[in-house]
Amino acid sequence: MTDALQRLRYRCQLHQSAGERREDTHPLTWRLHDDGTPLDLADYRARDGYAAVETVLRQQSPDDVIDTMKAANVRGRGGAGFSAGVKWSLTLRGDGVPRGYIVCNADEMEPGTFKDRLLMEQIPHLLIEGMILAAYANHARYGYIFLRGEYNEAAKSINRALAEARDAGWLGADVAGSGFDFDIALHTGAGRYICGEETALINSLEGHRANPRAKPPFPGQSGAWGKPTVVNNVETLCNVPAVMRHGADWYQGLSGHLSDDGGTKLYGVSGRVNRPGLWELPIGTPGTEVMERAGGVVDGQHLKAWLPGGGSTGFLLPEHLELGLDFDTIGQAGSRMGTGLLTVVTDQQSIVSLMRNLEQFFARESCGWCTPCRDGLPWTVRLLQALERGEGERGDLEMLDKLADDLGPGKTFCAHAPGAAMPLASALQYFRHEFEQGVRYEPGPAHADPIPVGEA
Amino acid sequence: MEPTTTIARDGFAIEPTDRDAILRERAHYEQPQAACIEALKIIQRRHGWVPDNAIPAIADLLGIAPAAVEGVATFYSLIFRQPVGRHVILLCDSSSCFLTDYEGLRDAFIERLGIGFGQTTGDGRFTLLPVCCLGACDRGPALMIDDDTFGPVGPGDLDQLLEGYP
Repeated sequence: MTDALQRLRYRCQLHQSAGERREDTHPLTWRLHDDGTPLDLADYRARDGYAAVETVLRQQSPDDVIDTMKAANVRGRGGAGFSAGVKWSLTLRGDGVPRGYIVCNADEMEPGTFKDRLLMEQIPHLLIEGMILAAYANHARYGYIFLRGEYNEAAKSINRALAEARDAGWLGADVAGSGFDFDIALHTGAGRYICGEETALINSLEGHRANPRAKPPFPGQSGAWGKPTVVNNVETLCNVPAVMRHGADWYQGLSGHLSDDGGTKLYGVSGRVNRPGLWELPIGTPGTEVMERAGGVVDGQHLKAWLPGGGSTGFLLPEHLELGLDFDTIGQAGSRMGTGLLTVVTDQQSIVSLMRNLEQFFARESCGWCTPCRDGLPWTVRLLQALERGEGERGDLEMLDKLADDLGPGKTFCAHAPGAAMPLASALQYFRHEFEQGVRYEPGPAHADPIPVGEA
Repeated sequence: MEPTTTIARDGFAIEPTDRDAILRERAHYEQPQAACIEALKIIQRRHGWVPDNAIPAIADLLGIAPAAVEGVATFYSLIFRQPVGRHVILLCDSSSCFLTDYEGLRDAFIERLGIGFGQTTGDGRFTLLPVCCLGACDRGPALMIDDDTFGPVGPGDLDQLLEGYP
């Protein structure tokens, strides 16, 4: 590759140098190299890698692991924020139940989200260690890393790490001499956002179209090939080794007074800010601090709104940046923390155009399984396109209100349509005047010559 | 399922190395259907796309119904069912790139290549496609050419970028 191309090449980089990251405060990133090169097994071992597997598999029962995870209240980092320990406690196990699967959701296609890539590209052994511990707790016999097809660098890094871990006895029969058997395969996707939905992911893993499945049964009871299956996000699994090594109290303490949730979070900012990027910070860190790290919006522009965690979360206003970024606080403000990566919109950008872009994404990525999503999203796009051109009709805003409601939670098979409805509903709430500007109140040609009654 | 050379069906033959690669994938799963996405990707790596007559050949190799393979092949956006150019450009059109002037970049590509989305240049060099958020939001607007991710890319970078893919 030429120098000119190298200059344009994308590199995923954390914006905190080694001097800012410590073992006791940055469980996800303290081991990373400043130059972004991946840690190999020797690097990882030299920094206490696989120490948790070594001790836990010999000295603790699977239920002990689940108890620690519940006490630490590790909330799922894929967007929903459900307690990983509680999820694990619901996995079917016991006499006569076949050992199932642990699946890492590494699909990362939520617009505005770019965090799991860092962990997979640069510290894949942390993910593997987390998966081994999760498999042990959930009686899983095999694991899959479901990685989106476009993440080539992550695929290379993971495959290298899997081979190293297998050669060193961290994977395969009798993991680390513990008597526990477990191995992992990398499964790469072929492009569709819906694959990130838990049950659609399982369908895709099985080689089908990625349509969601009805719940119950939940995957913990009947997932991949009808076996108990636990699906966790990359960042969630990467938290497990440190929780098991240092305990629930330590994990809770990481967020200090900032949040009732424990641990740290990979926060990021994208959009027109001076220093877009990624940081590992205590969960509950106020939005103002994350924005400060991103250097604020670019010169001459002002913050108009932000999405707290990807395209499926609701818009928040500048004053909401005072809030701590955690699941409950952002939920109480009417949005969702989602993946915790802020998408910034400035006063020079149109909310209507951004909504048109977002809904086009959701319409294109609908799997087509259920009617409100398949038909409602293209309809939403058509209305937004008309408003964007200044050709909206009377009643369009009310129809968008209705669509936002009809696509909302509980009315569709999965969370895809509700994810599309949330930013739309909040945009209509906070920026209604922008939508109204797109309505053409002058009678257009269609209204100019009404067909007289009786002549139609 | 034991042939040692090619699997031929409807004039399409799966090369022995591809056959072995597909069967290695097959071993990772409880059911053969699970290997079908990877099988399609393996065929695509060799041919650039997945021709219609490759579908029954894959189905034969995995012992599943051709309709099951076809259903999957038409669902996923990175499986191409028409010939593509030597290089595929995936232009991210998701929110963060949209907010950092994706539209300017898109227009520059369309003008420079003389094609729209879903089309291939007359010389067979480039195919232009939109793609879901590439997870490169901190460096938008972003794009991929073949296996390489770039960002941020401005309209002024196009010549340098395209020169790298003859």
